[in-house]
Amino acid sequence: MTKQIVTAFNIKKYFQIRRGVWGAIRRLPILYAKAVDNISLAIYEGETLALVGESGCGKTTLGRLILKLIDLTEGYIFFEDILVNDLEKEELKSYRRKVQIIFQDPYGTLDPRYTIGATLEEPLIIHKITKSAAERTEIVSKILEEVRLIPPDEFMRRYPHQLSGGQRQRVAIAKALILNPKFIVADEPVSMLDVSIRAEILELMKSLKEKFNLTYLYITHDLSTARYISNRIAIMYLGKIVEIGPASKVIDEPLHPYTQALVSAVPEPNPENKFKMREIKIIGEIPSAVFIPPGCRFHPRCPYAMEICKKVEPELVEIKPNHFVACHLYSGNKRYQETIQIPEKFVDMVKVSSSSNK
Amino acid sequence: MSLLEIKNLKTYFFTTKGIVRAVDDVSLSLNKGEILGLAGESGCGKSTLAYSIIRLIPPPGKIVSGKILFEGEDILSYTEEEFRSKIRMKKISMIFQGALHGLTPVYTVGYQLLEVFKYHSDIEETKAKEIITETVKLVGLDPTILRRYPHELSGGQKQRIMICMSILLKPPLVIADEPTTALDVVVQAQILNLLKELQAKFNMSMILITHDLSIIAELADKVAIMYAGKIVEYANSMDLYKDPLHPYTQKLIRSIPRLKEDISKLEFIPGLPPDLRNPPSGCRFHPRCPFAMEICKKVEPELVEIKPNHFVACHLYTK
Repeated sequence: MTKQIVTAFNIKKYFQIRRGVWGAIRRLPILYAKAVDNISLAIYEGETLALVGESGCGKTTLGRLILKLIDLTEGYIFFEDILVNDLEKEELKSYRRKVQIIFQDPYGTLDPRYTIGATLEEPLIIHKITKSAAERTEIVSKILEEVRLIPPDEFMRRYPHQLSGGQRQRVAIAKALILNPKFIVADEPVSMLDVSIRAEILELMKSLKEKFNLTYLYITHDLSTARYISNRIAIMYLGKIVEIGPASKVIDEPLHPYTQALVSAVPEPNPENKFKMREIKIIGEIPSAVFIPPGCRFHPRCPYAMEICKKVEPELVEIKPNHFVACHLYSGNKRYQETIQIPEKFVDMVKVSSSSNK
Repeated sequence: MSLLEIKNLKTYFFTTKGIVRAVDDVSLSLNKGEILGLAGESGCGKSTLAYSIIRLIPPPGKIVSGKILFEGEDILSYTEEEFRSKIRMKKISMIFQGALHGLTPVYTVGYQLLEVFKYHSDIEETKAKEIITETVKLVGLDPTILRRYPHELSGGQKQRIMICMSILLKPPLVIADEPTTALDVVVQAQILNLLKELQAKFNMSMILITHDLSIIAELADKVAIMYAGKIVEYANSMDLYKDPLHPYTQKLIRSIPRLKEDISKLEFIPGLPPDLRNPPSGCRFHPRCPFAMEICKKVEPELVEIKPNHFVACHLYTK
């Protein structure tokens, strides 16, 4: 049984909406954007798990929670057998060496005033990994070769504006790799690149994963790239996971109506598509995370909504081997949460807090 | 007579670091009711071509030579005043990348739509407002949206407003520049359906510009592939996808990840598009072409009809 490297248990992240002074005086109710609303998730060593959903579903927030770039409102996150919630200072720093992130925007994540070499050196300096500038240059040089920015000495001297979008994204990947992490959150790493460049970057990510034994959380709204690079896919909607399973199964046999809509919406380079309208069975757009519909949060847009859907929130249960869905159209016995292992020493702590929540 | 005919168009940018030959001798034509897809990577000149047609090239750019015939008239010879009052938004309009920067944040959506009438037509305000209300409904929005500011709208709503703006005066030709960039996949599908509906309803001609060949397949009748300022392949959509001739087109199509297939390795095009101030000699694609021959480095291939209505600029086919 493969080791669980990242575990999220009943996590919530609510962002308070500012009501301002006037709102406070008038005692308006405090509103929350429930970005992540009770999610449990296990990520296994060596896999690529894709977290797929449209804007506003909470996938980026989930990625940042794992990295502890933001703190949880409720719940627990474990990395191997470390509790991430309470990490501070030195321990947090040491955690950051194991868990890294690649951001979406190749034009926004590199400091324009630093050369590529300086940008890549920075983590080495912060974590006091090397003893001399020469050593750092050597490591930076090697990592530039790994991401195929060759010759490395040339690229080290350049500034971000001298690089193309694809090249900048390679630098972002290099920066994530330079500390030799075990786990990388890749947040839409290719969405802002041309389709033809995406292939290159995805190929690179795949081969680096093999070479360095990495585990990826690949966050995206693009199902095609998700299928290409991932082992499993989790579909998120308005703060919850609505379906999770093997990548090819989730796409070829989608269970949740939302997943079915996502799958049917993807354009393909088939010229016969010109002759028909794409059937999109769901209506409207995603509601705000502040006013989440009761019961199943997807019900207002769902073509199959039943009475129960308006009242009861469905649980994520197993319908096919390792393929879970949260939808009243299906009934299953094994809850997804049961498949998640809590690290031994925290089992009691988690039990206590779960029962006190009931 | 074609609706639009572009002949040997050259648009260059005269920068302090050299002349960027963004559109370098491009010819194509479009008939009434047709949709032309213009595809290519970032920097290939497709947006510049679009902006040349609607004459919104910012300095230091200039249309250097060539002809643009619209309904038989050479619109390049019009003065700016004539172009604005007779052509722009009225005969040829553009859907900008609205989700990103097509709308100004300081005016309401309704006000910005009204501006189209103010600057490009003689229709008076009351009638204009009626047309606006009708058109807003046509693009699937509620007219109450007219009182909102752009920041209150979602990406999909902004893009619908941009589409609305472009069809207000019912122009026969609409140019859509990356109309679904930055939109989520379900919203994108809705927008593409909307464009199909409108095109069918008004028999609109369209030029669709994007780097995404999947989107082009959804809409286009004809496709032109641009590379480094030139058109390298030009054919009916069916022919292009079923039998791509140019090595660049082949690679572009093979680099698209497929939703329903498990592909073990995606193909990609090594290297980068060239610097348009100093493009490679001969065929501009030769440094990245897997089939490059000696002649490719010296002689620029011409766009030649290899099969009926299927043009390609490649020495592999012209011996």
